[in-house]
Amino acid sequence: MDFRFDLISEYSSFFLKGTMLTIGLSIASILFGTILGLLIGLGKMMKNNFLAQPFAWYIVFFRGTPFLVQILLIHFAVVPLFLGKTNAIVAAILALSFCSAAYIAEIFRAGIQSIDRGQMEAARSLGMNHLQAMRYVILPQAFKRMIPPLGNEFIVLIKDSSLAALIAAPELMYWGRAMQGQYFRVWEPYLTAAVIYLLLTLSLSFLLTKLERRLATG
Amino acid sequence: MIKVRNLKKSFGHHEVLKNINVSVQPQEVVVVIGPSGSGKSTFLRCINLLETISDGHVYIEGIDLADKKTDINKVRTEVGMVFQQFNLFPHKTVIENIMLSPMKVRKVAAEQAREKGLALLRKVGLEDKADAYPDSLSGGQKQRVAIARALAMEPKIMLFDEPTSALDPEMVGEVLEVMKQLAKEGMTMVVVTHEMGFAREVGDRVIFMDGGFIVEENVPSELFENPKEERTISFLSKVL
Repeated sequence: MDFRFDLISEYSSFFLKGTMLTIGLSIASILFGTILGLLIGLGKMMKNNFLAQPFAWYIVFFRGTPFLVQILLIHFAVVPLFLGKTNAIVAAILALSFCSAAYIAEIFRAGIQSIDRGQMEAARSLGMNHLQAMRYVILPQAFKRMIPPLGNEFIVLIKDSSLAALIAAPELMYWGRAMQGQYFRVWEPYLTAAVIYLLLTLSLSFLLTKLERRLATG
Repeated sequence: MIKVRNLKKSFGHHEVLKNINVSVQPQEVVVVIGPSGSGKSTFLRCINLLETISDGHVYIEGIDLADKKTDINKVRTEVGMVFQQFNLFPHKTVIENIMLSPMKVRKVAAEQAREKGLALLRKVGLEDKADAYPDSLSGGQKQRVAIARALAMEPKIMLFDEPTSALDPEMVGEVLEVMKQLAKEGMTMVVVTHEMGFAREVGDRVIFMDGGFIVEENVPSELFENPKEERTISFLSKVL
């Protein structure tokens, strides 16, 4: 088997473009997904069962259906419904955000509920209202515990962004497939894509480990 | 100062408190004793509404906690609480634990809060631990910090919920010593405890609870030497 590095270097500008879009999709989706996830997590924790129900359904739907189905649905049905025509990048960001938000909501809820009840009681007994107790006592502790599972979720999100290739968003995997089509080679494009994804996910876990260390106490 | 009238508390169908009536005068130290499950902790937690009141009234300086319009956060700033499990904030240093609520609730300036916090730490003998994290402290030290933290809000009443029950035996003394000091300074205190020595020595009045009722209450010497009720006699015979 001959491995053609020259083909990879010939195609490098496309890989670079694709990688940039993969990073862009991932960052945008991590941001939107986290914010949406927090809101849905809070929604699901509401004491009023009636109001909490829709948030629970949201999580059931997005955790219970394949991401491929979601991205196709959003690309071909949802986005055209609102924008008139579809847009692969918008659809990819929406699908990634919506899907990760379901998982992040559960991570958020688990993080808050894992904090001992006594912490809330101590804060309230000192005269803090619910919001202050959440902000100064519960959330900082919950956030620290949420970092490892959030890191997992972000890594899944980066990898799932490769499915945007199927709706022709010109990200990394899209160019990998294009290169395979152009040169009729399989090892070079897919291994290159794999290595780049690996670099992205490893950098992210490195950053998260550093953050976790910085927040460590005692 | 504290007036409890016909207080009832149920968890589901289980009635934990059945018609409790107590008055606590300013500067009085009331010690609540009784077997596990007698409702004494629940009673204490009703005094700052950590448990909702099912029926009846709790008045703190005339303010009715059972009234839905009462601003409970305001009342709680006047009622400090110390928990069995300390409940220090593990993500904050000792001094930050103490400063947090005065700064956020009472809007005290950081510098002032710090000064006050250090003074309180000196009082409980832990000034050198100001910048330590709670995890590095012993149980007795944690509980003393928790007392200092509650005192930082300058409460008029202090509630103690089995403050020494989670401690190793050799650390009980240092916590009781701080509480004794506090009583001597005239703090109004309600203490739920199994420390009969403390009840006898520091308490102005001892309340014996069982089965959700106050079975007997009296000055410590009388209650311990001359218990009148059958259940008090049987309980004391087991713990003394």
